This record gives sequence, C-alpha cells and structure tokens, in this order.
Amino acid sequence: MPLDVQEGSVEAGLDALDTPVNAPEGSRVRRIAARVLPPVGAIVVLVAIWQALWAAAFWPEFKLPSPAAVWGQIWQLVTSGDILELFWVSVHRAVIGFAISLLIAVPLGLAIANIRVVRRGIGPLVSGLQSLPSVAWVPAAILWFGLNDRAIYWVVLLGAVPSIANGLVSGLDQVPPILPRVGKALGAGRFGGIRYILLPAALPGFLGGLKQGWAFSWRSLMAAELIATSPELGEGLGQFLHNGMSLSDISMVFAGIVLIFVVGVGIELLVFRPLENSVLRARGLTSSAH
Amino acid sequence: MTAIVDAPPDQLTPVRFHQVGKAFGSGRKAVVALDGVDLEVGAGEFVCLLGASGCGKTTLLNLVAGLDRPTSGRIELNSSRPAVVFQEAALMPWLTAAGNVELPLRMAGVPKAQRRAKAAELLELVRLAGLGDKRPHELSGGMRQRVALARALASTTDSADAGKPSLLLMDEPFSALDAITRDVLQGELLRIWRATGTAILFVTHDVREAVRLGQRVVLLSSRPGRVVQEWDVDDAPDAVDEINTALRKVISSHAA
Ligand SMILES: Nc1ncnc2c1ncn2[C@@H]1O[C@H](COP(=O)(O)OP(=O)(O)OP(=O)(O)O)[C@@H](O)[C@H]1O
Ligand SMILES: [Mg+2]
Repeated sequence: MPLDVQEGSVEAGLDALDTPVNAPEGSRVRRIAARVLPPVGAIVVLVAIWQALWAAAFWPEFKLPSPAAVWGQIWQLVTSGDILELFWVSVHRAVIGFAISLLIAVPLGLAIANIRVVRRGIGPLVSGLQSLPSVAWVPAAILWFGLNDRAIYWVVLLGAVPSIANGLVSGLDQVPPILPRVGKALGAGRFGGIRYILLPAALPGFLGGLKQGWAFSWRSLMAAELIATSPELGEGLGQFLHNGMSLSDISMVFAGIVLIFVVGVGIELLVFRPLENSVLRARGLTSSAH
Repeated sequence: MTAIVDAPPDQLTPVRFHQVGKAFGSGRKAVVALDGVDLEVGAGEFVCLLGASGCGKTTLLNLVAGLDRPTSGRIELNSSRPAVVFQEAALMPWLTAAGNVELPLRMAGVPKAQRRAKAAELLELVRLAGLGDKRPHELSGGMRQRVALARALASTTDSADAGKPSLLLMDEPFSALDAITRDVLQGELLRIWRATGTAILFVTHDVREAVRLGQRVVLLSSRPGRVVQEWDVDDAPDAVDEINTALRKVISSHAA
C-alpha cells in the first residue's frame, strides 16, 4: 500500500523540511546546576585535602595555615569593610589600565594587520613583548616615574597592549577572504569594508585577545603592586599580600592569594565569558553541549 | 518562456566586452585566463556561460563585477552596480538573514525604515518571508543561497543608477546543492528573472542547467578562455546533446 501522501508543491515541501525548528531547552535550574556544581565540587575537594594536610601537621603552622585561619582573615576584612578599599584600589586600576590599553592596542592592531611595512617592522616586536613578563618593567618604571600610579599603569599597559593587539591581528588574519570580496561586490568602500565587514568578522579572535589582555593586565597590576609599595599608592591587593609577607603572617598571605584569584577569575567569568559566549552562539560556533 | 521583455531600441546594453584579455602574473610564467573575449548581454537577457573547470568563468565574472581589472581590452558597463551571487552563499555569520539583505543598503546609507521594507520585500521575493530573523547557520544550503540572491539584488537598488538596466551575475550558485533543491531553485530563479526583468549572466559547467535556464548559451574554451560558440537555446530546447558534443570536443582538444 502506498503511503497516503498529500499533494503539495515540491517548493513548499522542501521549505517545510528546511525550516529550522527551535530545539527545546532543558530546564534552567538543571543547566545552571550542571555548570556550577563541578567547579564547586573541585573547590570542596581541594579545601578538604588542604584541611587534611594541615591536620596532619606535615608543615609547621607558620608555613601552612589552616583553611579556617585564612577564612578568618578574609571574614575580618569583610566585616571591617577594608575589603572594599582593597578591591576598589586594585580593580579600578586594572579597569583604567585595561581601558587605556584598549585605546592604544586597537589602532595598533589595525595598523599591523593592514599595513605591510608596519607588520614587518613592529609585528614581531609586539609578539615578542607578549612573552616578556611585564614585571621586568617594574624597576625601570619606578626609576622613570617614581613610586606612583603612573609607574603602575606603565607596567599594566606593557602587559595588556601586546595581547590585545595580537588578538585583533590574528582575528583579522583569520577572516575568510571571500567576505571582504563579497563586501566589495555589495558596494563597500574602504572604510565601509572595515566597519561593516572586517571588524565584525574579526570579533571572535578579538574577544579572545581581550580576555587574554585582561588576564595580563591583572597579572601585571598585581606584580607592580607587590613590588612598588608606598603609603602614597594606597593599599591594593598586591600591597596587602606584601604586608602579609612583611608581618610573616602566612594566613594573611594565603588570604591575599585567594582574593587576587577570586577577582581575576570573577571578572573573566562575569564579563568576558558571557560576552564571548553570546558572540559565538550568534554565529553558530558553539556546540550545544557547552 | 513567454514573458520576455523586448528591449526597446534605445535601451542600453548592460554589459559589452571588447576583446577582453586577462593574464595572472607577468613574463613567461603568466597564466592567460581570458583572451580576446567578445560578449554582450542584452537588457533583460538570460545568458549562460558554459565551460570546463578552470577555463576562466569566475575570472570573467570578477571583471564584470569590478573585483578585478582586465589586462587588455575593455568592458563597457551600462548597468547599475551588478549584483553578484558567488558559488558559496558567503553570508555574514554575525547578521540575521534580514540583516544580510540589509547590509548593502546600510553601506549605501539608506535610512533604517526604508531598509527594513526593502529587505522584507526581497525576502518575500525569494520566498523566505518568515525567516528574516534566522542566522545563516540555522538555514539550509538552498535557503542560504536564496538569502545571498536577495542580498545581491539589494545591492543594485541604488537611486543614483535609476533608469539604467540591472544586471545579475551568478557564479555556479547551485553547484553545491543537492539535485532536487537545485531543480527547485532553478525554477525560482526563472520566476525571479521574469518578475524583475533583470539581465542575468549565469556561470555553470552543467550543460542541462545552462539549456534549461538560458536564452543563450556561450561556450568558453580553456587556457586561454575564448568564446568558442554560442547557441540560441530559447527555441531549441533539444540543444543539450549538441552543446555536450561541443564541450567534449573542447575538453578533449587539451589531451593532445
Ligand atoms: N588570482 C589568480 N592568480 C593566478 N592564477 C589565477 C588566479 N585566479 C585564477 N587563476 C587561473 O586562471 C584560470 C581561470 O580560473 P577561474 O577561476 O576563472 O576558472 P573557472 O572557470 O571559474 O573554474 P571553476 O569551474 O573551477 O570555478 C585558472 O587556470 C586559474 O588557475
Ligand atoms: Mg569558478
């Protein structure tokens, strides 16, 4: 028996078959749990091991503090409100440093990607700077600018600018050559081509560069704060860590490390990860399993 | 094909080649892709350009589209900006289907409301009216190619060119599609051609496709590409065998 097929046009049938169906999404709670539980579990395991090592007293108390003592340090910063000042001093520096880096790195990256002489001339230099730890600039910065914010920003810039510029360059290099050609055929002029085709096409690579640039600027900032300590600079997380060392207070040192980690990772998770995900998802570049 | 618009005598010929040649590179290592090509496409005419792989079909289209310059001879272009459809749809992955169609209008500075209306109209023309907000990766290959066609048509609607005949260039637009989708899209293209009255220069290496679509089929030889022969297939639908024979002859002449 032939199947009872309804008569209709082939065109309409093909379209019906081709039309995308929206896949049902799993429940929101479950998706969030699937994402949050594994890292939380890992942290719990780490703390448990730490607690066990401390309880076994392998190392003296002044070398390995108990989790409770470190938590006590952090809690005391929270209740006294000092944590706000620590965060404010460090984070506002990192954000301003990152913003200045962005203003310098974008034109720089565009120039390297689009002008052959510039690419040959300073391209390798910028890539090279990326592998030079920016802490190496701290002594020079202090000698040039003295112990002040300018010295710190200098170090942050040298950490972040090369990563951001390189990210933009590799993003632009990876744009499929057909897209600028299509743009030209659609009537794009030189600037229209950059504005409407090249920059959006390079966005995923650029975002990767931004993320790395943020990591580098946070890292450089902490190094600078740790080395360049002075009362005029105010107390950021780096200075807090430095003070812990001066006071031989290992629980304070651990608390400093934890806070630096939390801020660095927190900003990546809260700002850069969602940005990157939404850009990639819009272009169909993520698998649904992520 | 009954609805052929007879071009009024004073109407301009959208594109005319005068002994056009194109070589890549220079000196002894130069590759001569095209040599002494004379070709014209009349207003509202559907011409299929047929040739073996690597004979210079894409090069020829690129010259008309202004993406490349001829090394000798001259191309007389009297149309509005030619609309180009490439072999791959090459949609911008960060834009929706409607966003892609609007892109040429945006680059031409057309105000937003007008852009919207035009894009909706063109998506309607390619029968994708409900799918304007889909991203390219959500569409099938045939749908993507239809969005690319709508986008190309949007790029010709330039107010400065009002009154000039329009020209659509298509470079093997259906060759990556499955047989039944290709068949359907060929029908759609003929419908759109009749609806818009645009001249079309359509590149293919498929004789059947050329004969089904074109009013005139132009056979190009390989290395260098020259016009070998032309057929008016409008009133000779059984030209397939004849053209096939000619194409085989051109290809086998390279075996020696
Ligand atoms: N940019 C280039 N540089 C050097 N040679 C080129 C270039 N573009 C094309 N060619 C050569 O010119 C000739 C014609 O190429 P073209 O792409 O126009 O062929 P085609 O007919 O479109 O082929 P296909 O059917 O494979 O698409 C080929 O021999 C090719 O190698
Ligand atoms: Mg080709």
